[in-house]
Amino acid sequence: MTINQVGRDIPDQYASQYGVYAGELTNIKDYQRATKKVHPVKPRDSKLLASIHDAIIQTGLKDGMTISFHHHFREGDYIMNMVLAEIAKMGIKDLAIAPSSIANVHEPLIDYIKQGVVTHVTSSGLRDKVGAAISEGILADPVIIRSHGGRARAIERGDIHIDVAFLGAPSADEYGNANGVKGKTTCGSLGYAMVDAQYADQVVIITDSLMPYPNTPISIPQTLVDYVVEVDAIGDPEGIAKGATRFTKNPKELLIAEYAAKMITESTYFKDGFSFQTGTGGAALAVTRFLKQAMIDQNIKASFVLGGITNAMAELLEDGLVEKVIDVQDFDHPSAISLGKNSEHYEIDAAMYASPLSKGSVINQLDIAILSALEIDTQFNVNVITGSDGVLRGASGGHSDTSTACKMSMVIAPIVRGRIPTIVDQVTTVVTPGSSIDVVVTELGIAINPLRTDLIAAFKDSKIPQLTIEALKEKAYAITGEPAPIKYGDWLVALIEYRDGTLIDVVKNV
Amino acid sequence: MDRLRRTMMFVPGANPAMLRDAILYGADSIMFDLEDAVSMKEKDSARLLVYSALKTFDYQSVETVVRINELSSGGRQDIEAMILGGINVIRLPKTETADDIRAVDAAIESVESHYQIPVGTTKMMAAIESAEGVLNAREIAIASNRMIGIALGAEDYVTSQKTRRYPDGQELFFARNYILHAARAAGIAAIDTVYSDVDNEDGLRQEASLIKQLGFDGKSVINPRQIPIINAIYAPTQAEIQNAKEVLAAIEEAESKGSGVIAINGKMVDKPIVERAYRVLAMAKAANMEVK
Repeated sequence: MTINQVGRDIPDQYASQYGVYAGELTNIKDYQRATKKVHPVKPRDSKLLASIHDAIIQTGLKDGMTISFHHHFREGDYIMNMVLAEIAKMGIKDLAIAPSSIANVHEPLIDYIKQGVVTHVTSSGLRDKVGAAISEGILADPVIIRSHGGRARAIERGDIHIDVAFLGAPSADEYGNANGVKGKTTCGSLGYAMVDAQYADQVVIITDSLMPYPNTPISIPQTLVDYVVEVDAIGDPEGIAKGATRFTKNPKELLIAEYAAKMITESTYFKDGFSFQTGTGGAALAVTRFLKQAMIDQNIKASFVLGGITNAMAELLEDGLVEKVIDVQDFDHPSAISLGKNSEHYEIDAAMYASPLSKGSVINQLDIAILSALEIDTQFNVNVITGSDGVLRGASGGHSDTSTACKMSMVIAPIVRGRIPTIVDQVTTVVTPGSSIDVVVTELGIAINPLRTDLIAAFKDSKIPQLTIEALKEKAYAITGEPAPIKYGDWLVALIEYRDGTLIDVVKNV
Repeated sequence: MDRLRRTMMFVPGANPAMLRDAILYGADSIMFDLEDAVSMKEKDSARLLVYSALKTFDYQSVETVVRINELSSGGRQDIEAMILGGINVIRLPKTETADDIRAVDAAIESVESHYQIPVGTTKMMAAIESAEGVLNAREIAIASNRMIGIALGAEDYVTSQKTRRYPDGQELFFARNYILHAARAAGIAAIDTVYSDVDNEDGLRQEASLIKQLGFDGKSVINPRQIPIINAIYAPTQAEIQNAKEVLAAIEEAESKGSGVIAINGKMVDKPIVERAYRVLAMAKAANMEVK
């Protein structure tokens, strides 16, 4: 066993293979970019194939290869299930899958794992039944959990080599020019898929809206695409927007959002040209709404908003309160439409968004990130991947990426959820090291990381209630009691990569 | 000055998460509801829950109130459990006569005596929700030394009056004023009815302005989101604060000089003006406003 810098035991086998986490920037080093095989397309060649079956044959997909998917269709994705069903029917086995994330809708994956069709998995997240099945130990080798920036890094450096990328596209022409803003099933940005298209040996575009050549705007260009397949439906528009809530009326979420917005507006970062990123969820969207009011009241404009984009962000652009929206993924239909029609709403790929091994990602220019958490411990470490029962049910997402790169990272969460404390002595699984987290915002007030002496000094006279993280934990435990330790098995079910590729934690079966 | 009661927040007794979170929203009083907000089959569990909440959660210096059921349908058990939990105020719903108050007073006294709690520790308030209750408000207000306030419950009242709620509140004009007079004559608080259209913030603002103008201490609220709106209405203006400070400074100066009658800007300052000045500053402090 090797103990890493956040105090987690990493088994030797994996410690030597991946390295162990040793600080946020310690392993950001020069490297050789990955290359790929290219099969040139000649004049008069057609890329259009009749079916996914034909695409699997044409790409020469074989046992043991790595295939990838993107998660822009979120809970509305049909692509991964369709492709894996065809692969299973054709008897191909022992595949590694590298989707950018896995949703509840991918429950059939459990059977493909049990049948040996899929034997290796890397993903940002694992939800519900898939997460539970993997936590039970249905895979021989652990899943590798990577952040969005970490996945881009892994592809750029060749840690993930994609043999065939099966990329759903809301619209594409016969030659492969694809985007997410036109067609029957718009999802907006194709930011995660763009990295796969660039580095995969072979790229299959799957669309339900075949457009006349040339299809523009071009998110994935023809120069990266081997084959195009038209199908009846690539996804369910309702599922794409699932979970992207409207403005919350929950008073506790509003209270947390109000404290977060006050923290931002009282900070030195809140001035003309500032930038911020929020996720989805009621409280995060409410922060945006409170901020919007403060921006109007104080006549302050943001230079850009980043991220996972929601309608709330698109509205800021429409209202002239931000100059640009920088978009790696969209969470609802209006934001997808905004990307298509507003020239100041700009699509970027995941590497430009957050890769630690790019020549500078957008998060490095970000002032404020508003993040969520399943658990936060008294060292400010954050868990966004496992429940308090130790079962995989979350997603690494951009959490560790944005929090380390931005100037002020804020985690917003209630101190307890139901009967489960959110602020704990030790998080079940570390995804983001505490050194990356500057402020925790709860319904009782804020706790500033003692490492940020500048923030502590700046907020000395603030009227926002301030507590230590230990005091927040005590208040949580006063309600819930101290959680009983989880009884794990001795089987590793997941490795948690830090964004640089070293291991920050591991997850055992329960 | 008396305790501030700008907002008295209803918290359904059968909802553990709301019992836990009730302290978060800055209500001056928290009113646990064992009556209408609790279904018949949950009456016992809600009573136990509120008792446990009082024993478990720290409600700090916020006034705790409980709306009990009628004595004949669980009210006596409610009173016993709440007193053992340490509740500050027992609120009787649908009060019609002074006898209703005396009956609850006696029930409280028997519990206090039984558990050797000083008699009189537990306070009372009455909700008046009918024509009969309004006309008896004077007697109700003085029916027990425990009484700290009377509240108007408008929904039942307007129904009994064969009308409904209107945006301008004309239908409540008499009841509000009569209850307010009864409360003031008895030296206790007057609490206005709830504003039930939670999403209509402008309507709430309008109604809160009206009842502040009349002289009510505050209002019952059914959603935490209503609290900052009412508090904002009750917060004094900077001009009021400035004026109050000048009044108190002038009084101090007059006292140090031993002079009698004083005037500011040509206006005479007498006892009611001084009283108002203290009240303005207390309100400003409660609203976290700068008072130096």
